[in-house]
This record gives sequence, structure tokens and C-alpha cells, in this order.
Amino acid sequence: MPKLIIDKETCTGCGACIDVCPYDALTVEDDVAVVNEKCTFCGACVDDVCPVDAITLEKEEKKVDVSTDEFKNVWVFIEHERGKVANVAFELLGQGKKLADSLGCSVCGMLIGDEVEPFAKEVFAYGAETVYMTESPILKDYRTEPYGAAAINLIRKYKPEVVIFGATTQGRDFAGCVATTLETGLTADCTGLDIDPEKKLLKQTRPAFGGNVMATILCEAHRPQMSTVRPKVFPMPPKDESRTGEIVREPLTMSEDQVRTRLVEFLRGAETVNLADAEIIVSGGRGLGGPDQFKVVRDLADVLGAAVGASRAAVDSGWIPYEHQVGQTGRTVRPKIYFACGISGAIQHQAGMRTSDIIVAINKDPDAPIFRIATFGIVGDLFQVLPQLTEELKKKLGKA
Amino acid sequence: MKIVVCVKQVPDTTDVKINPDTGTLIREGVESITNPFDEFAIEEALLTREEYGGEVHVITMGPPQAIDVLRNAMAMGVNQTYLLSDRAFAGADTLATAYTLAKAIEKIGDVDLVICGKQAIDGDTAQVGPGIATRLGLPQLTYVSKVREIDPENKKIVVERMVEDGREVVESSLPVVMTVMKDINDPRLPSLLGIKKAAKADIPTWTAADLPVEPKKIGFDGSPTWVMRVFTPEQRGGGEMLEGEIPDVVSQLVDKLLETKMLK
Repeated sequence: MPKLIIDKETCTGCGACIDVCPYDALTVEDDVAVVNEKCTFCGACVDDVCPVDAITLEKEEKKVDVSTDEFKNVWVFIEHERGKVANVAFELLGQGKKLADSLGCSVCGMLIGDEVEPFAKEVFAYGAETVYMTESPILKDYRTEPYGAAAINLIRKYKPEVVIFGATTQGRDFAGCVATTLETGLTADCTGLDIDPEKKLLKQTRPAFGGNVMATILCEAHRPQMSTVRPKVFPMPPKDESRTGEIVREPLTMSEDQVRTRLVEFLRGAETVNLADAEIIVSGGRGLGGPDQFKVVRDLADVLGAAVGASRAAVDSGWIPYEHQVGQTGRTVRPKIYFACGISGAIQHQAGMRTSDIIVAINKDPDAPIFRIATFGIVGDLFQVLPQLTEELKKKLGKA
Repeated sequence: MKIVVCVKQVPDTTDVKINPDTGTLIREGVESITNPFDEFAIEEALLTREEYGGEVHVITMGPPQAIDVLRNAMAMGVNQTYLLSDRAFAGADTLATAYTLAKAIEKIGDVDLVICGKQAIDGDTAQVGPGIATRLGLPQLTYVSKVREIDPENKKIVVERMVEDGREVVESSLPVVMTVMKDINDPRLPSLLGIKKAAKADIPTWTAADLPVEPKKIGFDGSPTWVMRVFTPEQRGGGEMLEGEIPDVVSQLVDKLLETKMLK
């Protein structure tokens, strides 16, 4: 049982720890800080908070459950959909190689599907040394149960020490099932993966509390260490078509009548540019004032070949469907350029777009928080700025 | 149909501010609320009960004050709620949480449908729903944006799932665990009468002793992951404000964007 210990002698009752506790677990009683039952041992109060170092979190060393030495190699789940491997898989191969190098082992791909062997070529080209593959007609479309059975079989047999998935809808649906079956740790939506040089452990960094804080997570005593990673967190690695590798095949030990779900049909989205993959996004917020006013946003997006995004305020007001929502309860995006038009930039919106390469903010309010994270800011009326911007770009990009 | 909804009490993270001087979280004045996605889950359960009959049971795992989210659910009109609370449950990561919730669902028994919100706005992992499904040996449907139809007799359900580039229409057998998206429905406001009844309702608390749980699988001991460090993210800065009349700032912006060579 972990313990939050407050040294009553040292504590000055300043309340700095109380301010940062997300769970209201700390109060001041008789001039010292006191912890109550709401404490979840999250550690937010411990790092660099107390000016006199009066507060510590005691966690017992986890008893090592498995012989962790038996587990070797970094695996990346090679996600694919409708005939194409998702870019995030290649991005993770790139980072996976760096992790494998630090650990002194190899990066491998885990490929599951029907007639997917042709994908292995690309997987080798992006850096994998081995591809562990299970093929079956039952695996034609992603479904949790058969993909889970295939992955569990491969992981139990070949014992990777790390398995990484893209934090896509498929990846997040899949990883939780796999980790729970293996009774191992899974960290979601990582924005950083590194190896602790001393302990040779995976350090997984991710946002929490709606992106207000970052947490670094470890999975010490269980294997494999599993993470999901958002697309575009890591860059695409270089491609070397001359690379080859080994394919290790395992059959699927599940039959179709054991699978309890069925894909009836897939309805393609109306928007031609997918928000998750878009290199440029133009987003509209409360400042637009209504659904028709999104026209100025769409016109700009058309010229740029960009996807259209929206803030929660615009979606909640019914001006644009939820598929376009960027932010903590919507989509997380990482385009090269993000235009925030009439968006104030509240923390939960920032959580969804703050790692974009370039942020352009256009807002009437000079105090809008969005300007604090913008690369370029314009204080002005978006109904004047956007059309002029669209015109100017049309001319300069030769699309008049 | 017997439906169980899992809910969580969370700090209202949309309200949290950062102290501009220290860069740390300001928790003061931030309310504890029902996880917004869970309200959609409760509403979906109530709509399902209205259409097909049955009962809606709501469970939450948390400290004693989490009982507030259960009273909220009762006020919306659910049949029964249960608080899973025990010091031994504290410090749980998603594996231990899903395990504990699954054991409570087993105790409730004969469940046709489990509904969870897509994710909690403090942890943001979206892992507990799939974890519960796996523990119960049930199929899972995540990112559900619409329930098209339920056939309780033949034990089938058809839903729409929202994926990156469109929607999947998926059929599953019942029982199933479903996680739902925002805007799948319009959660009802509790009535005044509902709130009054909820305030007086007798809500049982289940401790570790009340559930068929193994001590080493719950709480901190049952959690393979732990938080090594919490810090505030690097504040992004160093931008520039473009000054001048609108035609002028537009020109400036276009030039700067062209310089990046990111436009086609």
C-alpha cells in the first residue's frame, strides 16, 4: 500500500501542495498539510512543489512477477485498413528502432490480417528486422476478438519486452484487450517514449487531466510493456527499399463461429480530407457565430487543401458535426499548420492541437489564450481576415 | 434487458487553470463532476430501458464522495446504484480498475449490456471499457456513435462506430460491452422529484470483502503501471503578433507561410 507522507515538523502549511492536487485530497489542519482518503497516489504534489520538501510518496518496490529477462525486442503493431498500412505504424517503427538500439535488441513488426504478406516489404523498408505474421480470411477486417487471439498467441510465444500500437480508434480498441488478457501494463496516448538507461525500462510520457499535466509512467514488473502512441508524434523514418528481413508465421487458432461481432458495412465520411492525417487544418470556433459562417473557414481550407476543424463551442452549438471537433473530448491533431479562427484557445482545445508545427491564430480578442501558443497571431475580425487571406493565397499559389 | 453502466467521478478538467507564475495546476474551485461521457452512457441505458423494458444499474469505483455521481444517476431515473469503495481499491491503474468493476458486474449478474463512456476526462485512456469486456469474456464495441437496433430475443445488437475516416456498422451478439461517444444522445436533466428521491435513496457500498476479488489484483498492488513523475508541459511560446491594417497583416502572414514551404 503506498503512503503519502507529510513531515509535520518541516511543513509550513503554505498550501502549495493543496493547489496542485487534482483530487482535493489535501487540506491544512493546525497549520500543517494533511492528506485524506481521496488521495490516489498520483504524485502531482511531490515533484518540485513543496518549497521545503516536506511531502514524499512512498511506494513499495513492485515484486517482479515475471522473469523479465526472458522478454526481448520491441514490437510495433502494423495497423492497416482497407488495403493500406497506417502511417503511424511506420512512425512507430522509427522510434521503435531507437528504443531497440538503447536496449540492444531489434525492432519487429506484428502484422495481422488476410493476405497481408505484401505489406511486409514496406515494414522491412521502414526498419523492422523481423515481421511476426498471422494471416487468415477471418482477419480480413479488424475485429477485436480474432485480432486479439492472433496477437496474444504471437506475444506469448515470442515474448517481446515492448509492444507499441498507434493510438487510433483501432489501436485503442485493440491494445486494451491485449493488455488485459496478458495482465500487463498499458499506457495510452503517449507523446514520448524513451529508455531509462539505468533500469533499461520504457519511460512512457503522456498528458493527463485534459492535457493540463504530463505524467511519466513505468511498467516495471510486468511484460510486455505496452503503449499506444498518437499519430504524428514521431516522424516518418527514412525508407530503404533494399532492406529485407525474416517473416515468422503463426496460424490463427480461432474459427469464424467463435467471433461474436461482424462488420456489416463501412460508410465513408463525407469530408474528403481526414482530420487525423491532414497536413493543414483550418478550424472555426465560437467567433464564427453560426453554421453558415463556416463558409469563410471552408473557403480557406479549399485553397490550402486543408481539413476543416472546429472547437467544442462550435460543435456544441450545432454549427458543425462532432467529427470535426478538435480538443480533449474530440480529436487530437498534429498538422504542419493549424489555423485557429475565432477560437479562444481554452486548455481543452489546446490539448488537441498544441503540438502542431505552426499555429496561426485569428481572433478579435487580444487576450485570447490562443495567442500564447500561436506562432503567428492576428488580432482582427476573422470575417475580414479570412476572405482576404483566401484571395491572397489563391493568387500566390496559382489557384485564382 | 438488464443493463449496467459504469461511471466515474472526475475533477472538471475543462475548468482547471495553470498558475502563470509557477506553471502548476490550480485545483482550487474545480468541481467534481460525473465524467461527461458517462452521462451519455446513462442516458443510452435509460433510452434502451424505455424501448425494451428492464433495469438499469449504475456502479462507480471511488472514494466515499463518489456517491454524488450515483445520486445524480438515480435522479436521472436509474433503478439501482452501487458504490465500490475501499482503501484497497485506491491507486488502481486501468487494469486494476477494470478488474474491480468487472467483478461487481459479475456480482450483479445476468447482465445483457454494459455501457461505459468512451473515456474519463482525467485519465483519458479509454482503456477501462475494453478491459471490462476482456475480464468478463464479452465482445466489445467502442466509439459507438449510434445504436441502430437491439434484438433482445435473438440476443443481437447493431451499432455505428465512429472511426477516423467514416463509420462502421457492426453487429454483435449480446451480452456485450459498449463504450459511447459524445452526442450519441441528449442526456436528460434530473427532475426535481428525481433529485429528492435520490437524496433519500439507500445506496449500498461494496468493499473488497463484498466482491469476489483477489487482493493482489486490486488497487495499487494490482496495477502494473505507476506514475514516476508528474510535470507541467513545456509552455509553447515565442510566437509573433502581426501588426498593421488587415491587408497588410494578411500579406505578412502569406509571406511567412510561403517561407515555410509547407504550402502546395
